[in-house]
Amino acid sequence: MGPFVPELISDQLNLVVALVLGIAFGAVLEQAGFSSSRRLAGVFYGYDFTVLRVFFTATVTAMSGILLLGYFGLLDTEAIFVNPTWLVPTIVGGIIMGIGFVLGGYCPGTSVCAAAIGKIDAMFFIGGGILGVFAFGELFPLYANFYDSTSLGPIKVFDSLSMSQGLFAFLLIAMAVGAFAVTTLIEKRVDRVSAPSLEFHSRKHIAAGVVIFALGALFIVLPDRKTSLIDKVSDPKYVASHPVTMIDADELAFRIVDREPSIRIIDLRSTDTSASHVLPGEEKIAVRDLFGKEWLPIFSQRHLKKILVGYDESQERTSYLLLQELGYENLAVLKGGFEAFDKTILSPGPFVPTGSRWDADVKVFRERAHGDILKLIAESKNKGAKEPKKTKKVQGGC
Amino acid sequence: MNTKYMNPYLAGFFLGLVLLATIFITGRGLGASGAIKSIVVATVDGVASKHAEGSHFYGTYVGPGKDNPMKSWLVFEVFGVLIGGFISGLASDRLKFVTEKGPRIQPKVRWLFAAIGGALFGIGAQFARGCTSGAALSGMAVLSTAGFVTMIAIFGTGYAFAYFARKLWLEEKAGR
Repeated sequence: MGPFVPELISDQLNLVVALVLGIAFGAVLEQAGFSSSRRLAGVFYGYDFTVLRVFFTATVTAMSGILLLGYFGLLDTEAIFVNPTWLVPTIVGGIIMGIGFVLGGYCPGTSVCAAAIGKIDAMFFIGGGILGVFAFGELFPLYANFYDSTSLGPIKVFDSLSMSQGLFAFLLIAMAVGAFAVTTLIEKRVDRVSAPSLEFHSRKHIAAGVVIFALGALFIVLPDRKTSLIDKVSDPKYVASHPVTMIDADELAFRIVDREPSIRIIDLRSTDTSASHVLPGEEKIAVRDLFGKEWLPIFSQRHLKKILVGYDESQERTSYLLLQELGYENLAVLKGGFEAFDKTILSPGPFVPTGSRWDADVKVFRERAHGDILKLIAESKNKGAKEPKKTKKVQGGC
Repeated sequence: MNTKYMNPYLAGFFLGLVLLATIFITGRGLGASGAIKSIVVATVDGVASKHAEGSHFYGTYVGPGKDNPMKSWLVFEVFGVLIGGFISGLASDRLKFVTEKGPRIQPKVRWLFAAIGGALFGIGAQFARGCTSGAALSGMAVLSTAGFVTMIAIFGTGYAFAYFARKLWLEEKAGR
């Protein structure tokens, strides 16, 4: 499952990968005609819409690929870098770059590609770019506050527009196909003799447009894999027909006190460490993070009993069935959820006899377990709370 | 003399595949302006390292325990772009020292405006945390809000401003 950085590909090797991908990037840009400033500027005057065609086709291709790879579980879409938004600085920066694009005729990537084949204007553009960044860096204190303002984090565009991911993907594809059609008409009107689109094979292009449009429509109905799997295992019918292994609070307490090495407590409650009572040796994992490959080393050990502890039993059952669906074995659910454990062991009320002949033993055991486990919890707190393992995010951006 | 360019949709498809491969393998997108930033940061650090480490802007990238800013992913990627562009130009017989410009201006004017455009891109890309490649293209592919805002701001401004720069690109009668 991708991405392969940082687990499979080391930082050093990643630089080699960068070089290879850069070569492909540069070659495609050059073949597309992005090494020509007149061609690039043409998009703003209607005589050449190459930029729009290449740019939107590339966006749609990459986006569709990510959605499909995510759907089939080949790419962990929550581990990839999502550009964080600083709303107002982004708008201001975009406006500055827009003016730069019209005056300079390049953007940074295309200028490098153009300079590579000898375009002198592109070399001036790069020189200007270096001076621009230098000026920005030297004057930074003037706008340091503005630079960090309106920070919204790595938000997604479909959330910003409050619609589903699939619907947005469809609308984007529909807009792209529409824009291709309209700009071809404009281009042919502005330049009747040498418009690039005059050379297109219309029938093939229309057929491709229809296929892409159909792909877009598919995205509306294609749910993302995590949501659909969670929905599947949360369905009451599915839950009723799939029994789970359970252990009760006393057994869990016994195993904790016994310091049994072959159990691992998976705490599904809020990943916020302030959640009441962190059990000794537990791992905190939010339900959606169970998919993450960083947990593979724990989940895939068959001899380890993974005991799921959640706010309530139904959350535990959902996670149990989800992990089972993902192919993991030797799982167990804590009967009654954390609350039951809390009531029986951690902060018990007066002992309620059940009439069993073991009542006296159970009472003694619980009292001892109560003291021992609280001591263990205090010990692990003194050691410094275990850092909650963060999903390793790839760093990116310019 | 120019051999033909690739069909733009096909080129776009290939560009999309390169971007997809980048995200699939490395988990991050393509970029360009970040490499220019690395060059500037490394140069400032080389010339005046005290100044660089004390600065809020450069200080994020240089200082004790930090890697050389030139040893960054984007620097290697952009070096690749240089090689890839050259190979493609060689294959399609487009290698030539030439200044590309509109018909109404002299090369020196073109150079001046190319440099100004580059400088504006250098500044704007810092505020927007990326340029057309890193913020707009890669950002849109992962459906980040930032990607779409950047794209709309760049191209919207480009269209709004194009009229004032028509002398740079268009022939006399078309730009009347």
